[in-house]
Amino acid sequence: MKKRKEENSVSNLNMISKKTDISFNIIFIVLALICIVPVIFIFMISLSSEQSIQTNGYRMIPEAFSLDSYIFIFREGQMILRSLGISVLVTVVGTILGVILTTLMGYVLSRSEFKLNGFFTMVVFIPMIFNGGMISQYVVNTQFMHLKDTIWALILPLCVNSFNIVICKTFFKSNIPDSVIESAQIDGASQFTIFRKIALPLSKPMLATIALFLTFGYWNDWFQSSLYITNTKLFSLQALLDHVQRNIEMMANNPSLGVNMQQYMNSMPKEGARMAMAIIIIIPIACTYPFFQKYFISGLTVGAVKG
Amino acid sequence: MNKKIEKKSSVKIRKHWTKNDTELTVLALPTTIWFVLFSFLPMFGLIIAFKNYKVIGGKNFIYNVIHSEWSGLKNFQFLIKSNDLYTILRNTILYNLAFIVLGTILAVALAVMIDLLRSKRRSKVYQTLMFFPYFMSWVVAAYFLDAFLNQDKGLLNNTLRGSGNEPVQWYMKASVWPFILIFMYLWKTTGYNMVIYLSSISGIDTTLYEAAVVDGASKRQQVRYITLPGLKNVVVMMFILNVGKVFYSDFGLFYQLSQGATGSIFSTTATIDTYVFNALQSATPIGMTSAATFFQSVACCITILLANWIVKKMDPDSAII
Repeated sequence: MKKRKEENSVSNLNMISKKTDISFNIIFIVLALICIVPVIFIFMISLSSEQSIQTNGYRMIPEAFSLDSYIFIFREGQMILRSLGISVLVTVVGTILGVILTTLMGYVLSRSEFKLNGFFTMVVFIPMIFNGGMISQYVVNTQFMHLKDTIWALILPLCVNSFNIVICKTFFKSNIPDSVIESAQIDGASQFTIFRKIALPLSKPMLATIALFLTFGYWNDWFQSSLYITNTKLFSLQALLDHVQRNIEMMANNPSLGVNMQQYMNSMPKEGARMAMAIIIIIPIACTYPFFQKYFISGLTVGAVKG
Repeated sequence: MNKKIEKKSSVKIRKHWTKNDTELTVLALPTTIWFVLFSFLPMFGLIIAFKNYKVIGGKNFIYNVIHSEWSGLKNFQFLIKSNDLYTILRNTILYNLAFIVLGTILAVALAVMIDLLRSKRRSKVYQTLMFFPYFMSWVVAAYFLDAFLNQDKGLLNNTLRGSGNEPVQWYMKASVWPFILIFMYLWKTTGYNMVIYLSSISGIDTTLYEAAVVDGASKRQQVRYITLPGLKNVVVMMFILNVGKVFYSDFGLFYQLSQGATGSIFSTTATIDTYVFNALQSATPIGMTSAATFFQSVACCITILLANWIVKKMDPDSAII
């Protein structure tokens, strides 16, 4: 009994005062609101009727609600649905390819008895501190690999990065005992079998981390599209959003572009529909990230360990 | 460090090439090919900064690079003479410094604060909500910003009109952009950085705090003498990583939010990357812009090594290479 009392007083000493706690809470509530209010705002705009946007501008609480934007997208927005398809395809293929390439290299680097280990470590390490820059990447990708206006331009350049490989290598090194691999080798297993049957099944949390990094990277990418894609059929959702915004700016800056441009603009999604597109991009992320948050953090802390 | 160890071990182990080595080489091959194509070939491509690069029909890139005329430093002279170089270099470096300093201070302070909250459940909720902007792309963030700043329909101008003031053309007003860009950067990254720092705070040995409590240290003293020193390594590591990128800008931040980083807000929003990207979209000769990226790549490499070297001198445990 006495002991418990003592512990209580100790833990009290170890806490901030009630007043400070309340003021800290207020600060965090304000910050959390700043972080999510823009999304709510965009969502509200996407639910406003086109009429009320035209007369009142964007409002937090619209004068007239309507689901027209979403109905428009699902009935007439073939371009939008197509780009949603491209986004999903690129994300799935890219993530699978990326996970394979990353874990293969990570596994090889984790085998310290390998004679070319030093060489391959350099292959992975050098790009971390030196790179060719945007122009020569562009020139190589378009003139050497001819990726311009192909779907591979959206997938290949993003599927490997040195940081992920280091995470992978560190994980294999610290989680798969050498003795297991040695005994498998004595039983006659090849390195590929060991990788597939032992290393991968033992590394599910790490695989989840790498896959998540890649998934979010692909889903949110618009930069590759803006460099390599001119064919509107290959636009991802992000690229389409970017494209629409830029054309609207161009219109606003050059009112003299004339009737053709005006007609083209009329075929573009309206204000509400644009905001609805943004919401379609956000929803899958907003629904899933709270569950995956811990993998992100664990991945980052593993990566922080010196490779 | 790594190199030395590798050399030693390779001398020790070197026997003969085994089947094991062949198999591992085969496994490493696909990723190595990727690195050659997407990392090392562009490094070789940096040579075009010193060449009068021309595309010859029907020939591939390597042939073109080798057979283009050398132009010496002409591309660089051209770049230096243009008035833009000073602006883009200044913007790139100053913005990055502001991001590093403000970003670190804010994130560390919030991490310490959120760790002190009495309710762990609330702390989790705040973390989740504040992590959210990190998962938004800059294209989507640009839509958010536009909803507030839009000339005709934006919330800010609506409010200004409502209260009888003149609306402001935000996308034309250069003087407000440093604040907008820094705010948006902090908006997107603070939650994420806070969580990183928080995870290393929770890695601090709890017996240290218990001992401090026994000695009668106040919570403030505990933060000052235990938490902050415990964060030193991770702060230094993030610092090196960020300083290494001081010549790079987060392209989307500058390009998307400012809707192109051109026109009347060029002076406060253009960075090396937006400049290069805009040049790539226009008819500017590729050689000249590649001079800018060559400078960027080399400067970046030097700053990373330098930052790491300085940290190593001060505190060998914190260096990353």
